[in-house]
Amino acid sequence: MDDMNRRKMLKVLGTAPAMAGIAWTEAEAQQAHQHAQTAKKAAATAKAPYKPKFFTAHEYATVTAFANLIIPKDERSGNASDAGVPEFIDFMMIDQPDRQLLMRGGIKWVDSECRKQFGQPFVKCTAAQQTQICDALAYPAKARPEHSHGVRFFSAVRDLTATGFFTSKIGIADLDYKGNTFVAKWTGAPKEALDHLGVSYEPVKEWYREG
Amino acid sequence: MQVIRSPKVYDVVVVGSGAGGGIAAKVLTEAGAEVCMLEAGPQWDQARDGKMLGWPYESPRRGAPTERPFGEFDAAWGGWELPGEPYTAGKGSQFDWFRARMLGGRTNHWGRISLRWGPDDFRRKSIDGLGDDWPITYDDIKPYYDKLDEFVGIFGTNHAAQTGLHNEPDGKFQPPPLPRAYELYFKQAADKLKIACVPSRLSILTRPLNGRAACHYCAQCGRGCTTHSNFQSPTVLLPPAMATGKLTIVTGAMAREVLSNAEGKATGVSYIDTTTGEEKTVQGRIVVLAASACESARLLLNSKSARFPNGLANGSGAVGKYLTDSTGASLSGFIPKMVGMPNHNEDGTGGMHLYMPWWLHNVKDKLPFPRGYHIEPGGGRRMPGFGFMGGIERHPGGSGGGYGKGLKDEYRRLWGATIGFAGRGEMVPNKDTYMDIDPNVVDKWGIPVPRFHWKFGDEERLQARHMMETFKALIEEMGGTVLGRIPGPEEDYGLAAGGRIIHEAGVVRMGDDPNAAPLNKYCQAHEVKNLFVADAGPFVSQADKNLTWTIMALAWRTCEYIADQRKALSI
Ligand SMILES: Cc1cc2nc3c(=O)[nH]c(=O)nc-3n(C[C@H](O)[C@H](O)[C@H](O)COP(=O)(O)OP(=O)(O)OC[C@H]3O[C@@H](n4cnc5c(N)ncnc54)[C@H](O)[C@@H]3O)c2cc1C
Ligand code: SF4
Repeated sequence: MDDMNRRKMLKVLGTAPAMAGIAWTEAEAQQAHQHAQTAKKAAATAKAPYKPKFFTAHEYATVTAFANLIIPKDERSGNASDAGVPEFIDFMMIDQPDRQLLMRGGIKWVDSECRKQFGQPFVKCTAAQQTQICDALAYPAKARPEHSHGVRFFSAVRDLTATGFFTSKIGIADLDYKGNTFVAKWTGAPKEALDHLGVSYEPVKEWYREG
Repeated sequence: MQVIRSPKVYDVVVVGSGAGGGIAAKVLTEAGAEVCMLEAGPQWDQARDGKMLGWPYESPRRGAPTERPFGEFDAAWGGWELPGEPYTAGKGSQFDWFRARMLGGRTNHWGRISLRWGPDDFRRKSIDGLGDDWPITYDDIKPYYDKLDEFVGIFGTNHAAQTGLHNEPDGKFQPPPLPRAYELYFKQAADKLKIACVPSRLSILTRPLNGRAACHYCAQCGRGCTTHSNFQSPTVLLPPAMATGKLTIVTGAMAREVLSNAEGKATGVSYIDTTTGEEKTVQGRIVVLAASACESARLLLNSKSARFPNGLANGSGAVGKYLTDSTGASLSGFIPKMVGMPNHNEDGTGGMHLYMPWWLHNVKDKLPFPRGYHIEPGGGRRMPGFGFMGGIERHPGGSGGGYGKGLKDEYRRLWGATIGFAGRGEMVPNKDTYMDIDPNVVDKWGIPVPRFHWKFGDEERLQARHMMETFKALIEEMGGTVLGRIPGPEEDYGLAAGGRIIHEAGVVRMGDDPNAAPLNKYCQAHEVKNLFVADAGPFVSQADKNLTWTIMALAWRTCEYIADQRKALSI
C-alpha cells in the first residue's frame, strides 16, 4: 500500500495524523484498513447505494462522472451527485424513453473516442484526459465537425444535469430562490431591485391607489 | 347493449362541468331548477390532488411533462392526446385538440387571464368586412361580465378612458398586485415604443370574497389553489350550486348523444358510464351542452334521428363550421440589465401583473392584416423546474457551453435574466376551417370521433410576423438579445398550429338566421327549443382576448334566459 492510499484511508476514519510526514507501520496500516472496511459496510447497510434501473453499471458510472464534471462541488454547494442527478437521469431514461438512444449511444461514442485517443474508456481516463474530451465537446460553436455526435450527447447530459441539480433541494438553495411560499401581503419589489433596473413605482402609481 | 334508464326527469341536464357547465349549474340551481350534471372525467380534489407549494424534488421526475403537457404538477387530467380517444385531421390539416377529463375541466389549470371583450369585438364585420357580426352587442353581455367580476372575482384596473383603449372596457375589479421589478422595466420599453402596458386582468382574488381567501402569491395557480383564491369551477361555481341541494353530479359519464323525440324536443342525454362501460340515459326537460366547443359540436353531429338526419339542431348544416383558435407566437430575450438583480421573491400571482392589450387601431389600411393581438409577458426568477435553462450553450449571455465551476456560476448568473413575450391574437373564421365526424373512426366508447380541417390565412401569418417584430423591438429596447432564432415565412413566423393556444371557438354558431346558424342569440337551438349550448361553441368570432370570461358571461346570460322562459312556461 502506498502512502497516498494509507493517508486517504486514515482520513476516512477520522484519525488522520496531526503532522504530515509520519511513517506508519505495516500493522497500523492493516488496522486502519480493517476499520475502513467496517465503516464502509456500515455505511452500505445504512443506505443502500442506488442501483440504476436503466443504465448498466459502466454507463451509470460514466453519466455520474460527466454530471460531476458539469456541476462540481464548490464553496456554495455540493456536486451533481450530492443533488441526486445521476439517479434523476437514470429515472428520466425510463420515464421518457425517447432519450435513451442519444444517451446510451452517446456514452458508446465517447468511450470509443476515448479508446482511440487514450486507449481506455472515459471513466478510466485520467483527469487531464477527461478534461481534454470535455473541452472538445462542451462548446458546440467551437467544436470540430467530426465531434458533432459527442457534442449533442454532451449538451443533453448538461441539460439533464442542470435540471437535476437546480431542481434539487441543494440546487434551489444554491440559487437562493425565495418563492413558492406564503406571502401575506404583496408589496412589490424592494428598492434595491428597482434601482438595479432604474425603475420606480412612480409612473404607475395611479393604478395602485385603492379607491 | 342494455341501456339503463333513470326514471327521474330532471329540469335540466348539463353536459360538462368546466367554465360553461359550472356557470350553468350555479345559475340554474339558484333559479330553482333540479340539475343533473354529466361529467366525463373523475372528481379532482384540490386538497388531495393539487400540488400547491410542492417542490420539484418531491418527485423523481422533477416535474417533467411526461404525463401532462404542462408538467406533472399541473392540475390537469387530459391534454392534446387522450389514450383511446383519438381524433383525426383532413388531408393536409393539423389541429391539436386539447381536452380536460376531470370535474371542472380546464378551469383547474387555465391561465386565468380574464379579458372582457369590447364593443368592437362583437361587430368586426361592420368594421373590416370580414367574417360576421354577432347577433348581440357588448351592451347585451355587459351585465353578465359585471356579475362575473363581482361573484368570481378578478383583479385589474379601469383604464379605457386614461389610455384611450376604448375596446378594453371597464369592469369591477379588485386591486391589481404591484408589478414585479422587471415588469416595470418592460413597461418602460413599451412606453418608449408606444405600446400600451397596463395591469393585467386575472381571476385571482387580491381581497377575500364570498368566503374565499385572498391570494398568498405562491405563483403556482396552474396546480390549482387549495385556498380557493383563484377561479376554478369546482371551488367557486359548484359549491353554491351544491348548497342549493338541487345539483346532482355524475362523474365518469361520457355523453354520447342528445336524445330527442318525434316533436323535435330534446328529452335527455345518453352516456357511457366510464367505470362499467354501460350505456345509460338521463332524462331532462332541458339540455345544456357545455362539454367544450368541439365536444358539443361532436355530440350534436352524433345525435342523428329520422327527424334530424344531419345531427341535432343542424338543419343549417353549420354545426362544425367556422372553427377558430387564437393566433399565437412567442419569443424570449436575454436582458443583461436583469443579471445580478438583488435577490428577492419575484413570484407574485400565478401570472403576469402587467400586460399589453392591443394598442393599435387597425382597419387594414394601416397594417397588412385585420384585427390584432395582445402580449403576455413573463420572466424573472421563477421556481426552477424541469428543463431548467436548457440549451445554455445557445444563451447569448453565456460562454457557449462549458462545464465545471465556471458553468455552475453561469447558471447562477443568467438564471432569471430572461423575458418572454407571447402574442395571442384574433383569427378570422374561414370556410376551410371546420370539423366533421370521421366516417371510419370511433373512440374506445364507440363514439364516432371528430375530424378537423384547418387553414390559416395571410391574416394570421402577417399578424404573427408583426408579433415577432414587436417582441424583438421590445427585447432590444430593454437592451437585450433575442434568445434563439426568429422564425421566417417558411415557418409562418412561428405561428402556433391550430389548437395549440387552446382557445377553440365556433362550430355551433349563434345567428338570427336559422338557415345559417344553429343557435339563436340566447344560445338556444333554432330547431330544438329546449336545447342550449353554454361553451365557446356559439361564438361567431374570436377576439384578440382570451375567451373564457366571455364563455362564462354568455353561459350566465343563457341560463338566466332559460330560467325566465321556464317561469313563463315557454320551454
Ligand atoms: C393551459 C391552459 C391555459 C389556458 N389559459 C387561459 C386563459 O388564461 N384565459 C382564458 O380565457 N382561457 C384559457 N384557457 C382556455 C380555457 O380553459 C377554456 O376556454 C375553458 O375552460 C373552456 O370552458 P368549457 O366549459 O367550454 O370547457 P372545459 O373547461 O374544458 O370543460 C369541459 C368539460 O366537459 C367535460 N366533457 C367533455 N366531453 C364530455 C362528454 N362527452 N360528456 C361529458 N362530459 C364531457 C370535460 O371533461 C370537461 O370537464 C386555457 C386552457 C388551458 C388548457
Ligand atoms: S398564486 Fe394565489 S391564487 Fe395562485 S395558487 Fe398561489 S395562492 Fe392561489
